[in-house]
Amino acid sequence: MGDFGFSLLKERHIDYDANDKSIAEYIYDREPSFRLCIECGCCSATCTTGNFTRFSLRELQILLKRGENDAVRENIMKCMLCGKCTLVCPRGVNTRNVVMLAREAFQKGLTYAI
Amino acid sequence: MQFDPFVIPFNIGLNFILIYAVVRSVRWFMDLSRADKLRLQRGFFGKSFGQSLKEIFLESLIHRKILKTNFRLGYMHMSLAFGWFLLIFFGTLETDIFGIRHLNAPYKAIFFRFFNPDHGRAGFEAAYSFLMDFLLAFILSGLLLAVIKRFSSRVVGMKKTTRLKTIDKVALISLWLIFPSRLLAESFTSGAYGTGSFLTGSLGSLLASFLPAKEMAYPFWWLYSLSLGTFFILLPVTRYMHIPTELFLIFARNSGIRTGDQVGAFSEIQTYACSSCGICIDACQLNFSAGITNIQSAYLLKGIRNHENVSEIAYNCLMCGRCDEKCPVGIELTPIRMIRRRAEVREDPYKSIWKRYFPDTLKIIPFKQANRQVYSWLSETEPATTDVIYFAGCMTHLTPAIKNSMVKILETSGVKYNFIDRDGGVCCGRPLMLAGQDKEARELINFNAQTIRKSGAKTLVTSCPICFKVFKESYYLGIEVLHHSQFIKQLIDEESLKLNFLRKKVTFHTPCELGRGSGVYEEPREVLKYVARLQNTDYDDANSLCCGGSLGNMKINNQKKNKIARDAAFELTKCNPDILATACPLCKKTFSAATNTKVADIAELVAEALIIPQSEKNISDTHLKIKEPVII
Repeated sequence: MGDFGFSLLKERHIDYDANDKSIAEYIYDREPSFRLCIECGCCSATCTTGNFTRFSLRELQILLKRGENDAVRENIMKCMLCGKCTLVCPRGVNTRNVVMLAREAFQKGLTYAI
Repeated sequence: MQFDPFVIPFNIGLNFILIYAVVRSVRWFMDLSRADKLRLQRGFFGKSFGQSLKEIFLESLIHRKILKTNFRLGYMHMSLAFGWFLLIFFGTLETDIFGIRHLNAPYKAIFFRFFNPDHGRAGFEAAYSFLMDFLLAFILSGLLLAVIKRFSSRVVGMKKTTRLKTIDKVALISLWLIFPSRLLAESFTSGAYGTGSFLTGSLGSLLASFLPAKEMAYPFWWLYSLSLGTFFILLPVTRYMHIPTELFLIFARNSGIRTGDQVGAFSEIQTYACSSCGICIDACQLNFSAGITNIQSAYLLKGIRNHENVSEIAYNCLMCGRCDEKCPVGIELTPIRMIRRRAEVREDPYKSIWKRYFPDTLKIIPFKQANRQVYSWLSETEPATTDVIYFAGCMTHLTPAIKNSMVKILETSGVKYNFIDRDGGVCCGRPLMLAGQDKEARELINFNAQTIRKSGAKTLVTSCPICFKVFKESYYLGIEVLHHSQFIKQLIDEESLKLNFLRKKVTFHTPCELGRGSGVYEEPREVLKYVARLQNTDYDDANSLCCGGSLGNMKINNQKKNKIARDAAFELTKCNPDILATACPLCKKTFSAATNTKVADIAELVAEALIIPQSEKNISDTHLKIKEPVII
């Protein structure tokens, strides 16, 4: 490939070979409403934890669906499960259960196996 | 010596169940914590002994609570339990009075007619056998209802009846066989000898007219003994274990033992004390609104007893506590569910035959948690010292009208207060507890408790019943914790607030966590009576409905949630009120989307009705200037 003088930023790469969608699949199976998310960001806007840190459920959901689990594993425990995101969600995603299931999946140490 | 081989099955069964009950009780007693053991000893040899006996008579035999909720169902239970008890009691007396000697083995009372076929011809003997026949008829009438209930539960006024496992069905059939076989056995014997009273006598002479009664009687005495023996032997592994367990439970409860939030023998006793009567199923909104029929408390306890994986059931519940109120045995169902939520999910439930049919203690393995701080990023705050702390709570921040009204009320009353989470605070920890994550919840509780202690406040006021419950029960703050409805009531009583009357019709929805959860029923109603005309609904106080928005349920989907909210709102607005009042931001938010009636919190109504003193009208606080469009 020729050098055009432009290149992709490293953080914009989505490497589908390295990504692991097993956690997302685990959540899809148990909480189908996870698929309904339109990434509008209402959950992040109202978030109690987001008030103190740069925790964003919207970001985590996108990362989960993409299969970039490392950042999610770090951050998902910050959630306080207060449930405001579920109340404001315009699509009716049961976000509390999504967070619970994600924690459960990380605890079980799911890998490609399922 | 009066003896016949057919009494052997009965004797084996009876001895087995008596020994089993004693061994089981001793094990339960040993498993109780040290404090609970002392409580039980004191309760057993103390004042509450009489109380327990009275409760056993009223609840285990007469079934007063079931009679109150549903007469036909209560009659069914009463005729079987109380009738059987009387039959045994008077049967023993009969053997003692009319038998060949005093102090007989139990089987002689049960099979009295077989050994004394000539008994009951005239005088007192005849009157006595009339009594015994009457008791048998009483039991049989209840049994008839029970059989009908199995096939059509609506007949006894129940919408749903519990589904049974196979072994329960076997036990049920043996229980059903006991009394008809006694009837036939006694009738044949009476027919052969020309004795018996109105039931066994007349049936006996009828049967004897075309059947060889003397020969026919013997197989039925065998059947009677066999069905009794089978029932007794199956009792420990079926739901009928509730009969001996309930006695133990009543003594334990009257001694002051409570479930609390600890796993232990008491929650296990309660699990076995459930009779699967199905009253909790009819009370459950998930059943009658959302159509979810497999998660009610009867099924949860059944699953726990059978060592099944119940985590799906445990999480699919609004935790509204309606079943706790209705349970005729008085089992603390919601605390048991909370304990279950904390248990580790087992992938392969125990399948060993020994374990399955000879149940061991129900051990719960606590969820293994990483031993690290999750919320270490919370930075410490330095609150100003004050008398009253106002903690709005997460949900109240979603319904700003409530917190603005509270600020207005607090400003007007002239209380020195500090709005501690004005710019958004840390969650109270209750939602984490409801999700079974106690350790994380404890971190938040410690953080909040530190902040509150630093402020040196004497009173904590909160707008959210969810926060209120956890502040009261799990924080151990040592200060007065009030829900805003209680606080407003205090202010009105002190005459710090002057209120107009709003000339509106209002119905009040009691939030679950405030009413059944914390026992606050009166204050919100009294506050409402100051500002508006309060109307009653079919679902007041302890019978109140859940709005459906509960944080307790992790599994329910949005459509079903909305269905519950719409049904509840429909019931509450039946009398066409101007305003549907509530005392919980979560209920307010859920109901607003479910009904056309205006939904308002108590604080909003009071703020609307407030007479602001002339001298304070020019206060520069921005919150006072916000004119909330509270009432249409």
